[in-house]
Amino acid sequence: MATIPVMGVVAIIVFGLIHISPTDPAAVIAGDYATPAHVEEIRQQLQLDRPIHEQFLTWVGHVLSGDLGDSIFSERPVLQLILARLEPTVSLALMTILVAVVIAVPIGVVAAWQARTVLDRALMLLATLGISVPAFWIGYLLIFSVALDLGWLPVQGYASLSEGLWPFLSHLILPSITLGTAYAALIARITRASMLEVMGQDYIRTARAKGLPMRKVLIGHALRAAAIPIVTVIGLGFALLIGGVVITESVFAIPGIGRLTVDSIQRKDIPVIQGVLLVFSAVYVVVNLLVDLLYTLLDPRIRYAG
Amino acid sequence: MSGRISSVLGTPARRLGAASALAIAAALGLQNAPVLAQDDTLRVVIHADLRNLDPIWTTAGITLAHGYMIYDKLYEFDSAGVPQPQMADGHTVSEDGLVWTITLRDGLMFHDGDPVTAEDVVASLERWWQRDGMGQTLAGVTESLEAVDASTVRITLSEPFGLVLDALAGIRGNPPFIMPADVAATPADEQITDYTGSGPYVFLADAWEPGSTVVYERFADYVPRDEPADFMSGGKVVNFDRVEWVYIPDSTTTMASLMAGEVDIWELVPPDLAVAMEGSPGIVVERGAYSHGVIRPNHLIPPFDQPEARQTLLHLVDQSDVLAAAIGDEALWQECAAYLTCGGPYESEAGVVGVVAEPDIERAAELLQASGYDGSPIVILDPTDLPDLHAVALYVGQQLRAAGATVDVQAMDWSTLTSRRTSTAPVDEGGWNILVTYTGGLEAASPLTNITLAANCENAWFGWPCDQEIEDLRTAWRTESDVEARREIAEALQVRAYEVVPYVPYGQFFTSRAHRDDITGYIPGTPISVYWNVDRVE
Repeated sequence: MATIPVMGVVAIIVFGLIHISPTDPAAVIAGDYATPAHVEEIRQQLQLDRPIHEQFLTWVGHVLSGDLGDSIFSERPVLQLILARLEPTVSLALMTILVAVVIAVPIGVVAAWQARTVLDRALMLLATLGISVPAFWIGYLLIFSVALDLGWLPVQGYASLSEGLWPFLSHLILPSITLGTAYAALIARITRASMLEVMGQDYIRTARAKGLPMRKVLIGHALRAAAIPIVTVIGLGFALLIGGVVITESVFAIPGIGRLTVDSIQRKDIPVIQGVLLVFSAVYVVVNLLVDLLYTLLDPRIRYAG
Repeated sequence: MSGRISSVLGTPARRLGAASALAIAAALGLQNAPVLAQDDTLRVVIHADLRNLDPIWTTAGITLAHGYMIYDKLYEFDSAGVPQPQMADGHTVSEDGLVWTITLRDGLMFHDGDPVTAEDVVASLERWWQRDGMGQTLAGVTESLEAVDASTVRITLSEPFGLVLDALAGIRGNPPFIMPADVAATPADEQITDYTGSGPYVFLADAWEPGSTVVYERFADYVPRDEPADFMSGGKVVNFDRVEWVYIPDSTTTMASLMAGEVDIWELVPPDLAVAMEGSPGIVVERGAYSHGVIRPNHLIPPFDQPEARQTLLHLVDQSDVLAAAIGDEALWQECAAYLTCGGPYESEAGVVGVVAEPDIERAAELLQASGYDGSPIVILDPTDLPDLHAVALYVGQQLRAAGATVDVQAMDWSTLTSRRTSTAPVDEGGWNILVTYTGGLEAASPLTNITLAANCENAWFGWPCDQEIEDLRTAWRTESDVEARREIAEALQVRAYEVVPYVPYGQFFTSRAHRDDITGYIPGTPISVYWNVDRVE
């Protein structure tokens, strides 16, 4: 139930922020050679000359009926534009999380198990590098080495799953490694920290004392108990990725939500900006809800009231 | 804690992992990953994302490029700047110069199979000249525009006007594309929704992905002219079944994509990457169209409402310094003090002050003082997302400070600048004093199409210069038909411009275009990139 007032506040903030910015979409649409009269004509045609409160109420009314409006520039429904960008964004997000989790969780577990050894320091140094190195630099490095020099993968673009599994995957490998590096670093550090806390518990000491194999101690007991903060970070990371990652999408020319958002902000394509921010605020709320529900599966002690 | 890693992973797990990897690889049928450009498809990296599809509704360059793919025009400019028949078979002019009769070529068809008729031409021109500056000038001297029969159009003028064909061949602004009459009936202040044209390509609306890809296919029934392609004119021969425009926002990725052969043509290469790609195997870098630099003072508000203050700028700007900062490689720019560009028919050194000489800071400071400048901050709009213009803005700010001015360089993106420049208010109410930009070289070469030279006060382009003598000279040029007399008028216009300073020209520079070396016939110097005449060597 808290979702509704949250979304209401988001709507007001989104609308307000957009209309504070000085860019006039009518001027951008009209182009460099247009006369001021032409610009004003466009402004009136797009109803951008109406009072702000009128524009807001009209927009809210449409949103409540499921209509996010049309793009000022392409005149396509905003929802259609978002849905067209959804597949690349969700695909990239899932692949990135997969890459990050597959790399990070084992690293974090091993680092915790080998805490304060050279191996631990080395793995955490890798994690620090992963967070510190800019994504675009990693992207360029991968493009020029793997795609251009070796020719193993495409340089840029996106291929839908309908074009075949390998084209789909081959276009996602480099971007997901680029993005996944930072997320892997973050998840690895959280995993290590959470595992260290759990492995100091009495029941872990008891399990080891009873002769349980180390693998079972780490994965069967400690990791499961340490999972809540890890799952939280993964969930938040996924929600952020769904909102679009403009740098990676720009470097690899993936037509995702991130680029849609930034392009629209630059042009002040108001309906698209409002629509995207609203939809993905809702996605963020839903993902948080799902993460909260996942807690109950991971930790039987957690039960929600009602 | 201690323990060997292998006791954690276990040998059976590693064997299982390896086997799984091999199985997956076999299932996916791994092939060479790079998707190389296919022979029958031309893939072009465009300079901007295509958002609007009506080239009469907007003047955005990418929309005009879209227009040149799917529409045709009555006339097109050749490389000598002479309008040549394109859809027209030819024309006649009455002895008094008032009646222009244009005949259409045989075999012209729209993409839906309907023939192109004179009625379509009339409707299209009537929509066009409500919007385009040159078109409005033509409309202002036109008594009637009519379809005499299915293939003949008659324009009856109220006074002699020597630029009828120039207007009909106009490349930028809003080009006079010919559309079906029912489409052209769309009010000029609304966008069309039907993209039927008679040009060499058909727009595939269903395949259009805004922000990513635009797709065209060959129009099988297009009949090109017999003449070879020459600049925008001549035969528009199409050698590809399909053209895909790809929008890649990152220049480095675009360069890698071109080098990998994933795309064929890159239509706007940043100067630094043009230099980096020179000599790269498989890549040809060519000089594109040229542009004319403009430093525009705001004539409405102090200090540049005073001619002395504007003349200050002439003594502060050294074109070679500006261009070196903005463009870099000397091969891509040239100094040019001519308001009507160098290399064109009206190139002149008449009346030149400063700009191609060492800056005279002392003289500039004197002039600034003489203008009554009170020391208030001079606001320069700085589009930081355009590196070349950003450098020009910083240079101008630096030079003004050297002359003793207080300067406020305000950083913003280009979209914001296009809104801000419309303000006529004082700077403390959101106004501005200087903006930096450039215009197409071809447009700047004519007194009529160089909109930044126009000094028609509140109707002028942003900056609003106001000078009756400049306007009288522009009108005299427009109505004069003698070539030598026109040249003299153009010279007088330049002399006056250096007195009034509608803007400060900061030289000429060239865009770069790049393509794979198996691509032939690409015409790189056109102000709008065009994709006829292009072929792939087998």
